[in-house]
Amino acid sequence: MSVLTDCRDVYSQALEEMAAKDERIAVVVNDSVSSAKMNGFKTRFPARFFNVGIAEQNMVGVSAGLANGGMIPYVCGAACFITARAMEQVKVDLGYSNHNVRLVGISPGMAYGELGPTHHSIEDVGWLRIIPNIAIVVPADAHETRAALEYSGTHVGPMFLRISRMPVPEVLPVGVGFELGKAVRLREGTDVTLMANGVMVCRAVAAAEELAKAGIAARVVNMSSIKPIDRDEILDAAQNTGGIVTAEEHSIYGGLGGAVAEIVAQTHPAKMRILGVPGVFAPTGSAEFLLEHFGLTAAGISAAAVELLGSR
Amino acid sequence: MSDSPLFGVDCAALEQQAGRTRIRSLQMVHRAKLGHAGGDFSSTDILTALYGAVLRVTASAPRDPERDRFIMSKGHCSGALYATLAAMGFLTDADLDSYMEPLSKLNGHPDRNKVAGVEANTGPLGHGLPIAVGCALAARSIGAAWRTFVLVGDGELQEGSNWEAAMCAAQYKLDNLVLIIDRNGLQQGDFTESTIRMEPLAARWRAFGWEVRETDGHDMRGLVECFQAAPFSSGKPSCVLARTIKGKGVSFMENRPEWHHHVPTEEELKRAIAELEGGRA
Repeated sequence: MSVLTDCRDVYSQALEEMAAKDERIAVVVNDSVSSAKMNGFKTRFPARFFNVGIAEQNMVGVSAGLANGGMIPYVCGAACFITARAMEQVKVDLGYSNHNVRLVGISPGMAYGELGPTHHSIEDVGWLRIIPNIAIVVPADAHETRAALEYSGTHVGPMFLRISRMPVPEVLPVGVGFELGKAVRLREGTDVTLMANGVMVCRAVAAAEELAKAGIAARVVNMSSIKPIDRDEILDAAQNTGGIVTAEEHSIYGGLGGAVAEIVAQTHPAKMRILGVPGVFAPTGSAEFLLEHFGLTAAGISAAAVELLGSR
Repeated sequence: MSDSPLFGVDCAALEQQAGRTRIRSLQMVHRAKLGHAGGDFSSTDILTALYGAVLRVTASAPRDPERDRFIMSKGHCSGALYATLAAMGFLTDADLDSYMEPLSKLNGHPDRNKVAGVEANTGPLGHGLPIAVGCALAARSIGAAWRTFVLVGDGELQEGSNWEAAMCAAQYKLDNLVLIIDRNGLQQGDFTESTIRMEPLAARWRAFGWEVRETDGHDMRGLVECFQAAPFSSGKPSCVLARTIKGKGVSFMENRPEWHHHVPTEEELKRAIAELEGGRA
């Protein structure tokens, strides 16, 4: 078992390194200095660190103004608040205005487990995916978090990064960088394709190993870039494998599964199973418990693949 | 000229310009059969004073990094903004005839990616002040000399985001930020005080840590002097509470709630132009 990493640590470290080289980089937080792991940035770059307090609408508006002034603000806070609470500002001040802002949703999905559905963010990808101009990236591991963050320093326009607090192992091969809009195939196979992002990628890899024991060759694809999305990779999976199982720490509506299904349905209809939170508010439990509860595990993914292959 | 402290500003010329801007914006609303003429007229003198005598902006370099920022938070009054931008050379007079036509760059609410000189996409209320706070913070952070001005409507202040931004501006001591409130006392449906009371408005801003000056929002000399005097207090954001009249300059439009988005008939347009040309503005 490889070492598990909290991607927030990598994120905060990489951002400080980038800020040391690019003085346009700024951070805006909503009192979330420690939960976003921004104490280091605050100490090193106080003139570029803005804590606007518990006020997310102002937070996003301020970030648009900072971008207008030539800075590249990283808006860091709990994913549930910086999206939902400021949705019109995200739509108008970032998306419609096409401002050069990075929205960094910390602890998305059900990472805040026991705190309950108020603090879960299983809708964010769906909400943001509808808004034009906003790129959406859900990194799979520490390596990809760093690579996606480094890419974000060069991106033009608004971008949403979803950074989990749930520790994950390294799943991407060494040397593979990050390219917006490009999926990364982690394992070859033609019987079925498993597509996942974020904390679900390591679980999809484990599911493929289980399926291999049963004689099923599963392709595994890391879909960290949800918008833009890799249409060619999706089309290839629909055409050349027996079906697609998607897995995400998000509602089954509007997220990765929806994005893949929109393309599959309109290009090469194929069997699909969409794994996620099935349109309910989660019960009480830890993040790990809730993933288990909703079948968002290696066993859950492999069972869905077997069921898909057995269906007509 | 020795017209200090106005630094040689010709207020009579600005007053004449404001009259022309009112006529032009009303023609635009009439032609488009859409718009917000009442609010256009309450903010016209403020816009004319800002662009004519205060803002360091130039149409030949609309994205000059050192320019002053002006954010029109009450984006529904785009008629007055576009007519003012045209007077300043950011738009042509012909552009104004395309107001809200299909595929025009002149949306009902301004789009910074379509119109040079527009700093922020506004329309939904309560967006301008937070963006302005960000602009002012950026100037502070990078040591730039530009100033940020933002014009909000009074009814707009019912949006909570303004008060989030108000606290933030005071906390960061943004004395490079000037908020102008177009206090015409009306919102879409009714008088502000019959809807959600705003008074004591000046006291509220002072309580939030701003330095407030009240002025007649249609006295050109008073407006220019007020804007040129900012910051009013070192280490505090400035608030200009401009007492205005919705529909200012046309007798049958003034202080009438229905003129929020009433479109003038041919006859009303003629009468309005006659009044405005008669010098009432």
